Amino acid sequence: MKHLLSTEDLSLANAVRILDTAEEMAAVGDREVKKLPALRGRTVVNLFFEDSTRTRISFEAAAKRLSADVINFAAKGSSVSKGESLKDTAQTLSAMGADAVVIRHWASGAPHRLASTDWIDAAVINAGDGTHEHPTQALLDAFTMRRHWSKLSGTGSIGEDLQGMRVVIAGDVLHSRVARSNVWLLRTLGAEVTLVAPPTLLPIGVEKWPCKVSYNLDETLERGADAVMMLRVQGERMNASFFPTTREYSRRWGFDDNRLRTLDSVGMKDTIIMHPGPMNRGLEISAAAADSPRSTVLAQVRNGVSVRMAALYLLLSGDTREPAANPKESN
Amino acid sequence: MADNNGTYLIRGAAILGAGAEDLLIRDGLIAERGTDLAGTGAADGATVIDASGLVALPGMVDVHTHLREPGREDAETVETGTRAAALGGYTAVHAMANSTPVADTAGVVEQVYSLGRDAGWVDVRPVGAVTVGLAGEQLAELGAMADSRARVRMFSDDGICVHDPVLMRRALEYVKAFDGVVAQHAQEPRLTAGAQMNEGEVSAVLGLTGWPAVAEESIIARDVLLTQHVDSRLHVCHVSTAGSVEIVRWAKERGINVTAEVTPHHLLLTDDLVRSYDPVYKVNPPLRTDADVQALRAGLADGTIDVVGTDHAPHPSEHKECEWAQAAMGMTGLETALSVVQHTMIETGLMTWADFARVTSTAAAQIGRLADQGRPLEAGEPANIILVDPAARWTVDPSKMATMGRNSPFAGRELPGKVVATFFKGHPTVLDGKLNTPYRYRAPSPAGAS
Repeated sequence: MKHLLSTEDLSLANAVRILDTAEEMAAVGDREVKKLPALRGRTVVNLFFEDSTRTRISFEAAAKRLSADVINFAAKGSSVSKGESLKDTAQTLSAMGADAVVIRHWASGAPHRLASTDWIDAAVINAGDGTHEHPTQALLDAFTMRRHWSKLSGTGSIGEDLQGMRVVIAGDVLHSRVARSNVWLLRTLGAEVTLVAPPTLLPIGVEKWPCKVSYNLDETLERGADAVMMLRVQGERMNASFFPTTREYSRRWGFDDNRLRTLDSVGMKDTIIMHPGPMNRGLEISAAAADSPRSTVLAQVRNGVSVRMAALYLLLSGDTREPAANPKESN
Repeated sequence: MADNNGTYLIRGAAILGAGAEDLLIRDGLIAERGTDLAGTGAADGATVIDASGLVALPGMVDVHTHLREPGREDAETVETGTRAAALGGYTAVHAMANSTPVADTAGVVEQVYSLGRDAGWVDVRPVGAVTVGLAGEQLAELGAMADSRARVRMFSDDGICVHDPVLMRRALEYVKAFDGVVAQHAQEPRLTAGAQMNEGEVSAVLGLTGWPAVAEESIIARDVLLTQHVDSRLHVCHVSTAGSVEIVRWAKERGINVTAEVTPHHLLLTDDLVRSYDPVYKVNPPLRTDADVQALRAGLADGTIDVVGTDHAPHPSEHKECEWAQAAMGMTGLETALSVVQHTMIETGLMTWADFARVTSTAAAQIGRLADQGRPLEAGEPANIILVDPAARWTVDPSKMATMGRNSPFAGRELPGKVVATFFKGHPTVLDGKLNTPYRYRAPSPAGAS
């Protein structure tokens, strides 16, 4: 692995290796001194063309716990005419000796451009690009699910995948990089994914994705789910005729108190509720659901640091070998 | 100083791909056509060009070229663009109106026309804008452009769709007064707001905003019906979808006076290439699916699609060396069109060289109402002729092209076919596959006098 650009092309062996390494990193977070010397003297640049305080500080914490030097570059100017081009920015960072670039960009494919051109030689980590992918978010989600799934089965997490786990992802799939990265990664890990959304918020072509698609959240939940992930509804969608009103959206596709009660009444006691944050309480998720014991929202944030430590460590530690095929790989 | 009165004897060329004959060129015309003209004495003193193994075709006519001048001389000039055209086998190009200023007045089209004559590599036929400033609000002075020295017959807001149905109707009606044609860029604007690539399987994965086929097809359907209603003449630029081919086929069956164009890149490339996020593949209309490519080839072969138009769209490198969403749309095409059409249409057995002449020259000249172009290779006709080596193979290298644009989507590909010579008005603008000298008009245009 030279870069981490997407989960679509992430092998099962590499995915499990990142998750396993993240488990080791998580143990560091439990120690009194939360720091490893692994990346001492290495420089990690957080290159953010789009505001995201949560993702930036998560990567910053991850890099610092590995003793890397961290530079935060908020390059919010968005067009060639307004400021420096991506090419010039990349060449500038290259000249400064960046070893890794963590890039968040509003344009789909921008990390791919950095990695595939000769503008910069550093390792590139995609921290969210447009409506394309957000691989570390999917990895932290999978990490959270794997801990839950292996706890239920009474085994340890290390080396495990998500074979047989039923995952429901509900909301604005069309504009969601989180949904895309999760669909590919969960497929690779062997989970069964069902997307639930209004038809307007599913991309044309979704029928070719390795998952089921439903327009009905209640029916999907009734069929059984081990994890339900609610996606954020962006404010700008609300006035673009993707759905009539936020109240109708919430009634049909939000995880509200009724649906929370349904989980209890049909005996799905182990189903977890996930959200990548930040949440619109009362829109795609009710306050009661977000704060219930089923909610993994804060665990996801915590696990994000471990997963990002693992990604930085594996890309920068010089071990770029492909791991041997995972012994648990069944397909 | 170029010699416009040269006499050339082309020996043993396969005329339109058929049997080998000689062509004698004198005073800008084909003086004679026959076997072994050297023996008759008529060719005494002529420069002999051995064309054995070469195909002789009428000079190609591009219905769709962006020469960028005036306004974006950093992207292309009339001089560089027409050099590229000559090297690509063209003897005429239609220069699209989206320059700066827009070619929406007699003054601008005459300027472009003069620049073309001063360059002397090909006929430059300016296309006039349909609406003032391409703004889609008010008709430009179409009649003044038609009556100008540029004698504009094709009108287009290309790059932007004339989407207001009333304005489109009026334009179609008005151009009837001077035998004009409205060349429509069919793109419903609301359905393509922010569109980045073909909407389908690939856009779903890449998270790029989709440009649905229906946005093109719905405009074409509307426009052929409007054309029938007002009994006018419509040309559809760069048809890109299987559905568009079906609609045009239906319209022609009903006798509607519509012509359609396909670009070389839509005959070969698909949206799978966008997975690289390399903006060299960003173009409008976007690259579509393989099913669309196959339908376009079939449509071109059966005459539903009348012509190949390059949509040659050079851009400075900084407009392509960036994020996909930031990048400009467009590809160069003048120097690769012949090879791509040979590769996709002739080597697949879908077309002959005679068909090639129809779709790259004869039909294109008729759409643009160019009397001296796209003519048969017969005695007495204007000597706009190209010689092509169909057996040649070459690897596309944009840095070696005459166009200033380096944005060729075919870079690195091996393609067949090479233009060996281009005769424009009897003068060789290209010889031995290299630029020779431009044609010099006897009375220099006053605007371009230096």
